[in-house]
Amino acid sequence: MAEPGSNRTPETGAFFQRDRQWHPPAFTPAYKSSVLRSPQKALLSFDNTLSELTGPVFGHAMIGERDNDLIHNFARPGESAIGERIIVHGRVLDERGVGIPGALLEFWQANAGGRYRHKKDGYLAPLDPNFGGCGRTITGEDGSYAFRTVRPGPYPWPNGPNDWRPAHIHFSLFGHGFAQRLITQMYFEGDPLIWRCPIVGGIRDKAAVEALIAALDMQSTIPMDALAYKFDIVLRGRRSTLFENRPEGN
Amino acid sequence: MAQSLDQPKESPSQTAGPYVHIGLTPNFCGIGGVYESDLGATMVNERTKGERIELRIRVLDGTGTPLKDALIEIWQADADGLYNSPAEMRGAADPNFQGWGRCPTDMETGLCIFETIKPGRVPFRDGRLMAPHITLWIVARGINLGLHTRLYFSDEEEANAEDPILARIEHRIRVPTLIAERRGNAYVFDVHLQGEKETVFFDS
Repeated sequence: MAEPGSNRTPETGAFFQRDRQWHPPAFTPAYKSSVLRSPQKALLSFDNTLSELTGPVFGHAMIGERDNDLIHNFARPGESAIGERIIVHGRVLDERGVGIPGALLEFWQANAGGRYRHKKDGYLAPLDPNFGGCGRTITGEDGSYAFRTVRPGPYPWPNGPNDWRPAHIHFSLFGHGFAQRLITQMYFEGDPLIWRCPIVGGIRDKAAVEALIAALDMQSTIPMDALAYKFDIVLRGRRSTLFENRPEGN
Repeated sequence: MAQSLDQPKESPSQTAGPYVHIGLTPNFCGIGGVYESDLGATMVNERTKGERIELRIRVLDGTGTPLKDALIEIWQADADGLYNSPAEMRGAADPNFQGWGRCPTDMETGLCIFETIKPGRVPFRDGRLMAPHITLWIVARGINLGLHTRLYFSDEEEANAEDPILARIEHRIRVPTLIAERRGNAYVFDVHLQGEKETVFFDS
């Protein structure tokens, strides 16, 4: 079924295989909690069936007016979150370089001092009464998205005796098929903690790490208001059904 | 040298971390007032077609300890075996069933409970019917890339026996790791991330 109000033809081709040498492997012992949470047996491989090719698609109607504004969506009336005001924007593309419209992005982060609004976070940096830390948006026709927030602070975590996460924003993405489901983290250009982090270090290829570092984007800043970072995200592409006539797509 | 294919690579995955709830289920972790309700918390209404079932799912680490900071999403067909997705070309799915749900594991017990319906059968690529199943996607602290698996049903022995995906599992002793046990109208399913009882995970 096509989306209501859309004249796009739905795509039904199978997704390109995931490059699991590019993603971090399951077992990355320097990131200690991966040790007991990583499967040790080989994964079962098969080409996508309808169960992976299909996936939920969310309508713009579910997005509230302030869902993409973390500076204000938890703040008391007339107040705003403390910290370096930034805009994060970019496009959600697939591996063919095509923008993905209607993709749901959800993001979450610590406040400017590195403290999460979560009862399991006992870091001594204080909560900001005007900052919740969650937001969401849906990409436009060209795959573009944007939101406003404060730059999160780095924070210490109980891994090594003195490990600190780089400043980061978590991203969760839905494309059009459940096999495209992805969670990742965005880092900030120039942060020296990136290259010391065991979670980042689970990624073996330097170019793959660089794909998670947002660039400072002066052209998208709002003078006297907010700096901007550009972060494009790529989801799995799908095969064309050209020259294929087997049942259930290809 | 040849021309560059110039194709972008998929963004590498990173762990969802221990505070995944802030972003995906904020009301569950006490961040009220931003979203009206947590996405995927309710799957059925009184008009949804099909047999009501409950899924009771836990995720266990390599020592058998339940994860209390994991998050599970499920994706399934409706009672007639149709997916509520733009990529579903066989017909319109039940408008009262989105087919997708999200549940964080309980912070004390590690249990996820989904109230849903039993899915109908969906065809495999060659037209043969797959056994009724629900797709699971699991993320947590310590999991670098979301894990895909499937939940099949213990009371569908005949269909399970002819399922083309279950048939691909070389070590037959591992097939039961994908089969949830029926207890009343509930199905109990433990996902073992690692070790002797390790669940079969998919690369699809």
